[in-house]
Amino acid sequence: MADATAAPVDPDREQGGKKEEPKGPGFLERGLETLLSPFAELGVLARMLFDTLFWAVRPPYRFRLLIEAAEFIGVGSIFIVGLTGFFTGAVLGLQLVDGFRQFGAQSQTGAVVAMAMAREIGPVFSALMVSSRAGSAMTTEIGSMRVSDQINALMTMAVNPIQYLIVPRVLAGIVMVPILTMLFNIIGMFGAYLLSVYVMGIDPGVFVGRAQWIVDVPDVVQGLIKASIFGATICLIACRQGFYASGGAAGVGRATNRAVVHSAVAILALDYVVTAVVLGQGL
Amino acid sequence: MSRKKQSEEREPNDDPVHIRIRNLHKSYGNHHVLKGIDIDVLRGKTNVVIGPSGSGKSVLMRQIIRLEKPDEGEILVDGRDYAQLRGMELERTRRSMGMVFQASALFDSMTVFDNVAFPLREHSTLSKKEIRDRVMDRLQSLGIGHAATKWPAELSGGMQRRVAVARATVLETEILIYDEPTTGLDPMTVKTVDELIAETEEKFGVTSLVISHDMASVFRIADRLTFLHFGTVIASGSPAELLENATGPFMEYVEAAGVREDLIASRRGS
Ligand SMILES: Nc1ncnc2c1ncn2[C@@H]1O[C@H](COP(=O)(O)OP(=O)(O)O)[C@@H](O)[C@H]1O
Ligand SMILES: [Mg+2]
Repeated sequence: MADATAAPVDPDREQGGKKEEPKGPGFLERGLETLLSPFAELGVLARMLFDTLFWAVRPPYRFRLLIEAAEFIGVGSIFIVGLTGFFTGAVLGLQLVDGFRQFGAQSQTGAVVAMAMAREIGPVFSALMVSSRAGSAMTTEIGSMRVSDQINALMTMAVNPIQYLIVPRVLAGIVMVPILTMLFNIIGMFGAYLLSVYVMGIDPGVFVGRAQWIVDVPDVVQGLIKASIFGATICLIACRQGFYASGGAAGVGRATNRAVVHSAVAILALDYVVTAVVLGQGL
Repeated sequence: MSRKKQSEEREPNDDPVHIRIRNLHKSYGNHHVLKGIDIDVLRGKTNVVIGPSGSGKSVLMRQIIRLEKPDEGEILVDGRDYAQLRGMELERTRRSMGMVFQASALFDSMTVFDNVAFPLREHSTLSKKEIRDRVMDRLQSLGIGHAATKWPAELSGGMQRRVAVARATVLETEILIYDEPTTGLDPMTVKTVDELIAETEEKFGVTSLVISHDMASVFRIADRLTFLHFGTVIASGSPAELLENATGPFMEYVEAAGVREDLIASRRGS
């Protein structure tokens, strides 16, 4: 057994425990690292997405966890999504009637609100609300499981933590964010209608007629596809940040913060990409 | 049912060494944490690994329970190399080990009952009633039957350790690993956790592997002691032997811990 021959002194210790400090990364390397870090992060997320898909198709299928996650993301976000939907629609009604009046196009308000809601505002706003409410809570929950060894405990009990913690949440995001988006759109249209008709004096028949005339199935489908993609993305980002959190409670706080910021950036960037793909222009 | 058959299939093992660790290395980046560890974990005994913080004790445990893969070296469980095991054999070996984490690591979204039932629900085909009976039996034999419906956050540190032990032993566990089970507890609770370890060993016939840096506690419970110092084993043997021949860093550690002279003397006498 290693005893007398093995030097019982840690070589790192001899250098004051801070090895390689003099040869630390220089200014250029650090700058390069900062520039490359978004790509490294994309790599981590891609890896996690792959693992999530891999574990999603393998038994056991945990329906109870899926239902719980769907309830947490969906039911828990109804109020906040409805509320923001109403105010968003209302303010659009006000602004558009007021703006369009300047060139006599106020009759188009219903059409523009409906189009914008279905294609863009519904999915983007719903996803942002879900991310700040449910996503951040997910990061905190999974992050505290990480720093208190609960994730390691799962592994020692031969339960795959990706399958147990991440798969149900990402699947729930894919399903629930489109549903919330539809809710957002309906309440948003209602808000726009109220303001346009009862406050700004637009003819109700014109408002509804124009909206129905312009919005087609593909517009709604485009919005719902976006919502699904956003749902998967924000849940994946939230889980990733929690899953690899470190540094105790403060570390979990920082991870939660990052999850919200990354999610917002990802939603807006992906929105552009998906729009460009669907419209076939702008790429 | 099937579980029972499995354990019968397994030939009785008379080898006094339950886990053999040979030349184990682990690095993180260029930080070489474990530098060739050799340890024999004795069957049915309390094996204690001590050493200052940062010496690699938790890292060692993570290799043994396979949370991480070692860079080099062997871990033989019942004479079989863990790294070579596949399929059912790997599953069985993995399930033969339980771990009690430093801060208990109970699932705080579940009640005490559900925490202990968790491994059974995941890995057995037992009926609801059988699970209930088994969990309550385990909780009662550890003296926490009354806490079944409580949440982990409502329990004291000592009770949480008990629940963690119940959860880690509820499948037919043969090896139970404790990572600093007494750190952060008051002296009275430390004593009850020490008793818990001995009790668990006796009741469930497990091999215990305990990481600790609490010298007083170590001398109460250890059958075999290994001193880890910055990634190398510099002493191992029975506590009495180690005290007899204490030199170098181990001596310093014993002295720094202020283990009472009479305790040392009484150990020497025995
Ligand atoms: N995942 C990890 N990545 C990098 N370094 C680690 C990791 N885990 C542990 N270490 C380092 O290994 C050394 C030993 O850690 P540890 O085993 O936790 O010590 P202890 O003996 O106190 O349990 C420490 O210097 C720690 O910084
Ligand atoms: Mg430790």
